[in-house]
Amino acid sequence: MKLITAIIKPFKLDEVREALSEIGVAGITVTEVKGFGRQKGHTELYRGAEYVVDFLPKVKIEVAVDDDKVDGAVEAITKAAHTGKIGDGKVFITTLEQAIRIRTGETGKDAL
Amino acid sequence: MTSLASLSRALLFAACAAVSGVAVADATPSAPPAASTVAAPPAASTVAAPAAAAAAAPAPKCGDKGFECNKGDVSWMMVSTAFVLFMTVPGLALFYMGMVRTKNALSTTMQSFSIFCVVAVLWVLYGYSVAFTAGNPFFGSFDKLFMKGDDPTTAVAATFSKGIYLPDYVYCMFQLTFAAITVALICGGYAERFKFSAMIIFSILWFTFAYLPVAHMVWYWDGPDAYTDAKAGDIANSHAGFIFQKGALDFAGGTVVHINSGIAALVAAIMLGKRSGLGKTHMAPHSVTMTAIGTGMLWMGWFGFNAGSALEATGAAGLAFFNTLFGTAVAGCAWAITEWLLKGKPSLLGVCSGIVAGLVAITPAAGYVGPLGALITCAVAGVVCLIASTKVKAMLGYDDALDTFGVHCVGGIIGSLGTGIFVNPAFGGTGVYDYVANKVADFDAKAQIISQLWDIGITLAWSGSVAFVILLVLKFTIGIRASDDAQEEGLDLADHGEKAYNY
Repeated sequence: MKLITAIIKPFKLDEVREALSEIGVAGITVTEVKGFGRQKGHTELYRGAEYVVDFLPKVKIEVAVDDDKVDGAVEAITKAAHTGKIGDGKVFITTLEQAIRIRTGETGKDAL
Repeated sequence: MTSLASLSRALLFAACAAVSGVAVADATPSAPPAASTVAAPPAASTVAAPAAAAAAAPAPKCGDKGFECNKGDVSWMMVSTAFVLFMTVPGLALFYMGMVRTKNALSTTMQSFSIFCVVAVLWVLYGYSVAFTAGNPFFGSFDKLFMKGDDPTTAVAATFSKGIYLPDYVYCMFQLTFAAITVALICGGYAERFKFSAMIIFSILWFTFAYLPVAHMVWYWDGPDAYTDAKAGDIANSHAGFIFQKGALDFAGGTVVHINSGIAALVAAIMLGKRSGLGKTHMAPHSVTMTAIGTGMLWMGWFGFNAGSALEATGAAGLAFFNTLFGTAVAGCAWAITEWLLKGKPSLLGVCSGIVAGLVAITPAAGYVGPLGALITCAVAGVVCLIASTKVKAMLGYDDALDTFGVHCVGGIIGSLGTGIFVNPAFGGTGVYDYVANKVADFDAKAQIISQLWDIGITLAWSGSVAFVILLVLKFTIGIRASDDAQEEGLDLADHGEKAYNY
């Protein structure tokens, strides 16, 4: 099992969710986050005061999938979140040791 | 008071100044209507009476024949009063709260609302009496404390037309809304760091020792009916406020409201020190849209403020209405265009700031200048207030958080000078009315500018000193500055135990 963590542009969230649903991913977790990468921040001006905004808003999605679905999920995410402009985000994949469904006590890939 | 009335009401060169009328209490013998007053047939027989008889004439009363209050005027003034209320509650409150950080949004709103209520109570208790009764050139008297001696249905206040009066209770409420917004305007200078308890005490003391005397100095006079001939006019003039006597013009409060509050805001900003974390933390406005809503409310309410200051539904009110719309739009454009040129982008906050700068600048000029005067005065205000709020502030390093000084004091000074220049009939202004000769007087351009400079100088010195002394005393007694912890947490929770937004 793998845990896929993707940082994407907020307005791409719906497309990514749809793409993941299509390949049969049963659930994702979404968090609003801020950060910086190559895109850097921007400057805001209010009357005379200038503010440099270093951290830009992004969305973090987390998806746990069985090993055979990893490639499909990554492809779905990267395709759906792609705009070709700087700031599209990143995908991280980590190994997942265990998963448990709280309601039934199922474990492993049955819990996904 | 009796001295005011027993003087024969002659005419005098009245007037320069114009603005507010004097309140004439029911109990006070006062001016008979002028001989020429068309609206007063039954009283006409007393009109031409010699001075001695005139002195014994009954006081004008609303409802008396010959002193009938005009229904159109009274309606307009009550509507205007409600408009000016709307400027503070909630117009100014929203204008300011949008510009502060989320954690101070509620406390900033709270400042305007609570100041309005406190000043309203004090106004009826003693404010109206001290500002708008005869006394000396700097203060009125205590004759009308808590509306003492004022018959609720018949007491009247003078307007700018002979023989035309307003119900005193209406005039008192109209002026109340001016006093309240003036004190509330200062909030912009000390935003996000003034301890609430000290803020309230400061507001009460500044209202008492700065607003009331300045309002009296600029606006108090015996009313047009006192100016029956040159001698009576001289006497009446000697009762007027100090700045009024200097011949300064302030139609709706460029001095009394804007220069007055603007300089106090600067003093407060300096005395309180900068907001903790200024320059290091993000202090961008939390909701420019809220500021835009407040701006719209201010602009609408300002029609009551400026056109209402004519005190009658006349051509002067119409001119003030015109300028309040046209001049303000000019300043909104001027600020945005300047910003576009200097920074590369026009901003909504810039348009809103320009609108307010225009409203401020046109305030003293509203009923005096024509379209040319409004255009130039407001265009200058839109550009200069921008520079004052950005470059000058940055250069001198004071933290006038929401630019009360940069917009209101600077805009008020530009407006006051613009009034002095463009009231000139040669530039399309109305000129200055001579209530003795009952016609527009010959215009003296140089003398008018000197009058305006007196107006500006005295207000700056008086209000600035009063604010300084009050804050100094409070600083070393109860303390004025919210602690760094309170500022970090936000004054909403620290001072009021609630938050603006719970989501």
